[in-house]
Amino acid sequence: MSFVLIVEQILNGLQLGVTLFLMSAGLTLIFGVMGLINLAHGSLYMVGAFAAAAVAGAFGSFILALIAALAAAAIAGAIVEISILRRLYRRDHLDQVLATFALILIFSEGTRWVFGSFPLYLDIPNYLQGPVMLPGGIQYPLYRITLIILGVLVAIFLGLLISKTRIGIKIRAGENDREMIAALGVDISKLYTMVFALGAALAGLAGALVGAIQSVEVGMGEPVLILAFVVIVIGGIGSIKGAMVGSILVGLTDTLGGVFLPKILQLFIDISTATNVGSSIASMAIYILMGAILIWRPTGLYGSRL
Amino acid sequence: MKSLLNVSVGIITAAFLTMGSASADIKVGMITTLSGGGAGLGIDVRDGFMLAIKQSGRSDINVVIEDDQRKPDVAVKLADKMIQSEKVDVLTGIIWSNLAMAVVPSATAQGKFYLSPNAGPSVLAGKGCHENYFNVAWQNDNIHEAAGAYADGAGYKKTFILAPNYPAGKDALVGFKRYFKGQIAGEIYTKLGQTDYAAEIAQIRAAGADSVFFFLPGGMGIAFLKQYSGSGVDLPIVGPAFSFDQGILQAVGEAALGVVNTSQWNKDLDNPTNAAFVKSFKAEYGRLPSLYASQGFDTANLLISAVAKADVNNTDAFRAALKSADFDSTRGDFSFSSNHHPIQSIYAREVIKEGDIYTNKTISVALENHSNFYTQDCKM
Repeated sequence: MSFVLIVEQILNGLQLGVTLFLMSAGLTLIFGVMGLINLAHGSLYMVGAFAAAAVAGAFGSFILALIAALAAAAIAGAIVEISILRRLYRRDHLDQVLATFALILIFSEGTRWVFGSFPLYLDIPNYLQGPVMLPGGIQYPLYRITLIILGVLVAIFLGLLISKTRIGIKIRAGENDREMIAALGVDISKLYTMVFALGAALAGLAGALVGAIQSVEVGMGEPVLILAFVVIVIGGIGSIKGAMVGSILVGLTDTLGGVFLPKILQLFIDISTATNVGSSIASMAIYILMGAILIWRPTGLYGSRL
Repeated sequence: MKSLLNVSVGIITAAFLTMGSASADIKVGMITTLSGGGAGLGIDVRDGFMLAIKQSGRSDINVVIEDDQRKPDVAVKLADKMIQSEKVDVLTGIIWSNLAMAVVPSATAQGKFYLSPNAGPSVLAGKGCHENYFNVAWQNDNIHEAAGAYADGAGYKKTFILAPNYPAGKDALVGFKRYFKGQIAGEIYTKLGQTDYAAEIAQIRAAGADSVFFFLPGGMGIAFLKQYSGSGVDLPIVGPAFSFDQGILQAVGEAALGVVNTSQWNKDLDNPTNAAFVKSFKAEYGRLPSLYASQGFDTANLLISAVAKADVNNTDAFRAALKSADFDSTRGDFSFSSNHHPIQSIYAREVIKEGDIYTNKTISVALENHSNFYTQDCKM
């Protein structure tokens, strides 16, 4: 087990963490501010990836593709919020889950209808291709480093937005007491649409960034959605800081668990059983982490105390 | 008035009689994946199958098509419905091994025929084989065995192998190792549906291997290949055709160029049936066929050949007609082994670019007239 491998895996964990953060930040904001469980968040991730693939295919520019992903997901989010979800804020969570689950099916089949059933092509641009040499002789893909930096920048931007700006004040106020801020003359439905579109845009950005190194296909959002829910439960629902810490924790646990558990088990049992048992336990690792954190802090790391 | 009634009764009776005499009509139930992730495979199988039915010009084969959404419970319900209310004679279409395991044993136990256009789990080839179950694609291990044989022949000595942690993934690595005589540099079972392979690629880099074998069907393979090509690890890759079929290659793009993969079919296989199939598929659907489409096409042609020879209600004769495999396969030589799985050659193909389209070129035969490992376990 070399030093280089360990550092590389930690970087991989961080990179998974920041991409999860882009997904979970929107999810946690929407849940925190509007009290809405949005299962269709993964579909917005898919919308972003498909929009990026379509624009990259037509114009060949990755930057344009990212802008298209942000815009398409934000617009799709705003339309869905205004036309459907707005009616669900006062209903209980089961109704919301049912309606947003229906949205997943509509988005998936709609996307298939427009783009067909085969995966689309979206690749990283030439200037981000290939590996770079990091200090200590570590070879690491340039694109993944860019992802980490970009994720951190988005986190800083969101942090400043929430803590320093007027919109941020309204969002925080909305989380605490929505009747009161409506009474103070804030147009609450406009605020909701905006928060939803912001969350959707972040999901779309994540979809486009990740789509370039994975596959752009129908149903790509759902596995990420599950991880994002784990993240916001760990971090505390409604907290951006919680989403950041939760994402990094989940990213590191998932990556390092998958690599090192089988290796550790190999010290005790034979290789093929160790590989089997190790990878099975590794896929449970984040849920074990979630369980442990919930026992210690039932509302998550940064959730409001009951 | 009475005579009129008699006449009409006569007409109706006559109508029933004609229907009765047309009881050679055969009803086929196709359960396949047409929505959700992996729909591309089901659509190709269906299109290949229906193309063959259309070309045969037979109107006595009725095909009912249903979407299993890649869910075993849905597939089981559809199979029950098709057997009990639609009264189908033959079932076909299932893509995934776990769905096949849920449907096939009960369908064959109820006396129905099942023709598999794709999934070939080892259980159904060995202990769980059945006289009414025919696999027209391959036994799951076959393509991976060919990859092992190719890697061995190419002189690789130390290979790193990975596959998802589910039955077909385990079959894959077992199949590869059965024919690869070199050393295994590392063996990883990834999560099913995993899309980030940075951790695995780092392990490959650290393992000191001279080549990589992977079985990651669908989107998993696309993700792996793109990430692998950007990682700076430049060991040669060998894989089964499932990550390099016509539907997927365009999404992988340049990252797949030059990769050797093994398949029982390719569009350049030199036989008249195949040439006609590729041409007519392209004309009908406006895209190149994949190996799944060829399997659907062959499955339908096997069925048509059996329908021409025997009545499906005469079970023994129909089974013998299927068993004789008296049809022109897109793969050239094709026959059934004792456990009703194909005996066929498996080829090594290389990914190339033809104009703007990524596709495969056959480079050599990896395993000639290959049967399967489980024949001796099958008692039928």
